Amino acid sequence: MEKFISIQSTIVPLSIEDIDTDQIIPARFLKATSREGFGDNLFRDWRYDENNQAKKDFILNNADFQGKILVAGKNFGCGSSREHAAWAIHDYGFKVVVSSFFADIFKNNALNNGLLPVQVSQSFLNKIFEMVAANKNIELSVSLVDQSITIAGTTFSENFDINDYKKTCLINGYDDIDYLLSLKDKIEQYEKGSKYLSLVK
Amino acid sequence: MGKTLFEKVWNAHVVTQIPGGPDVLYIDKHLIHEVTSPQAFTGLEKRGLGLFRTQNTVATADHNVPTKNQHLPIAEPLSKYQVDRLTENCNKFGVTLYGLNHPFQGVVHVIGPELGITLPGMTMVCGDSHTSTHGAFGSIAFGIGTSEVEQVFATQCLMQSKPKTMKIEVNGKLAKGVLSKDIILYIISKISAAGGTGYFVEYCGSAITSLSMEARMTICNMSIEMGARGGIIAPDQTTFDYIKGREFAPKGKQFDEAVEYWNDLYSDHDAKFDAVLSYDAADIEPMITYGTNPGMGIKISGHVPVEADIKEESNKVSFKKSLEYMGLQQGQSLLDKPVNYVFIGSCTNSRIEDLRLVASFVKGKQKAANIHALIVPGSKQVQAQAKREGLDTILADAGFELREPGCSACLGMNEDKVPKGEYCVSTSNRNFEGRQGPGARTFLVSPLTAAAVAISGKVSDVRAMM
Ligand code: SF4
Repeated sequence: MEKFISIQSTIVPLSIEDIDTDQIIPARFLKATSREGFGDNLFRDWRYDENNQAKKDFILNNADFQGKILVAGKNFGCGSSREHAAWAIHDYGFKVVVSSFFADIFKNNALNNGLLPVQVSQSFLNKIFEMVAANKNIELSVSLVDQSITIAGTTFSENFDINDYKKTCLINGYDDIDYLLSLKDKIEQYEKGSKYLSLVK
Repeated sequence: MGKTLFEKVWNAHVVTQIPGGPDVLYIDKHLIHEVTSPQAFTGLEKRGLGLFRTQNTVATADHNVPTKNQHLPIAEPLSKYQVDRLTENCNKFGVTLYGLNHPFQGVVHVIGPELGITLPGMTMVCGDSHTSTHGAFGSIAFGIGTSEVEQVFATQCLMQSKPKTMKIEVNGKLAKGVLSKDIILYIISKISAAGGTGYFVEYCGSAITSLSMEARMTICNMSIEMGARGGIIAPDQTTFDYIKGREFAPKGKQFDEAVEYWNDLYSDHDAKFDAVLSYDAADIEPMITYGTNPGMGIKISGHVPVEADIKEESNKVSFKKSLEYMGLQQGQSLLDKPVNYVFIGSCTNSRIEDLRLVASFVKGKQKAANIHALIVPGSKQVQAQAKREGLDTILADAGFELREPGCSACLGMNEDKVPKGEYCVSTSNRNFEGRQGPGARTFLVSPLTAAAVAISGKVSDVRAMM
């Protein structure tokens, strides 16, 4: 997994709530059997019309807004467990998603792919939307080490939560499997004492 | 202090705890399908690993399959490739596969329970968010992403932070024409599509315990639609009776021993939940959604909200956007709205009881001329049972075709889709924009309401037609 330490970037604001994974990557694009290339179809039906023409009013098609940080409304990533959603966002070039609330499975999927979900307060989120509406060039600065997010050049700053284990993984680019594999003996020991497994053996 | 059912099952599966981090949770059963597994198999191969416990994994093909002519090769090349990859991977890694044309094939959350694979007290995962279905048996079951599928392949374990617990109690008796689907749509309409995020929900109360297993599955299935990690219902005699005699369920003395263990799976009276909600079954009517997330639901006799009803300022934009997508007006009633598509299927409502209900309602009636109806059984076994009971003939006489099993029009991935701009009354679980096909507009309802709409050709209150 790619390492993540800190980033400062302009942002792409997507002020819509309850963005579900079917919007992030519609099911008909889930037929691929590799992890690459999903970025082309990120937000497909918001981005393109049925003749595959770019919809001008959608933010990803607006050259004024670019950057490695996606800022979205509350309850981002709800719906399906498809990790393809996290792959699509990462493949498109985003490294961070900021929202005031994330769906659980999406959050795990993002963390497993070096994409950092940063949960901020609703008022901080509103502040970002307000400021970017006035100045499209504002930047956000995110430090994983300090667990802080700042609107660059201002005093608007917040701390965000992430559990220590996941933080270490991201900073070092480790993934869960490496860690779990190191626990093999413990897992085998667990199996010997498992009530459930003894019932169905 | 006592423990909740969820805590009892969770604690029994913790292999070890990581300081400041998640628990390492042992997974008893892993279900896989063609869409979310290929990248996990590739990852495993790249690491030079095999499955840690092959026998704990079961595969089927369901999301990306046609529901007609399943005996023929799949026509769409990408779908064929994906389904073939599943077969190849299962062969290579030694995983049991109930693929197309196998008598056990079906939607992954339908076959687990019907084959007796899903049992109380177990942990179960699948790369699919509706894995929450299996919680109806008193198991901890939840959806995972593909990286996690790979973790379970490699180690039979997952790193998971323990969610908070919520108790949702529904007491009282359901009125005529009101099904478990209406209960869950009602709950989600009350707490919103994000109201359960971070929680694992236990459903209890007399309106829940009086339900059949299949009706309980419908409730747990949709737990994810309020954002919850999963749902769970304490196992009882109804559960044990359902499991007994199923293909892979424990048999004989082993079954009795299992029941003894399962009898301890309940929340202690002094257990503490992080949140508690309670509802009165008498307040529940047939429900229908009007918007583009499952929390946007109303009673069938009700009206679409108006902007002033939406409490949070930030929700108003989404509300207006969804009405625009759905082509609806604030404050309108949905009754008598013409509809051209009806979908009866999906892991929420495609079990034999659902088909029986629909068949008994449409028996001797004719579907409306404008209606395109898809009735898709959840599994080969459901299909076979429906035939044995003559439900296929009843449905055919009423103008419906019973398809072959699969996810079908639940997700707009395979060939069954709803055309742009059309309304579809659907027994599935998601009404997101484009979920049933680009531009399709979905109304989520119970199977009985769907049957009523198929007959009348417009949104109808099934109670007036019974
Ligand atoms: S029926 Fe629908 S919700 Fe259920 S597993 Fe298939 S696609 Fe997912």
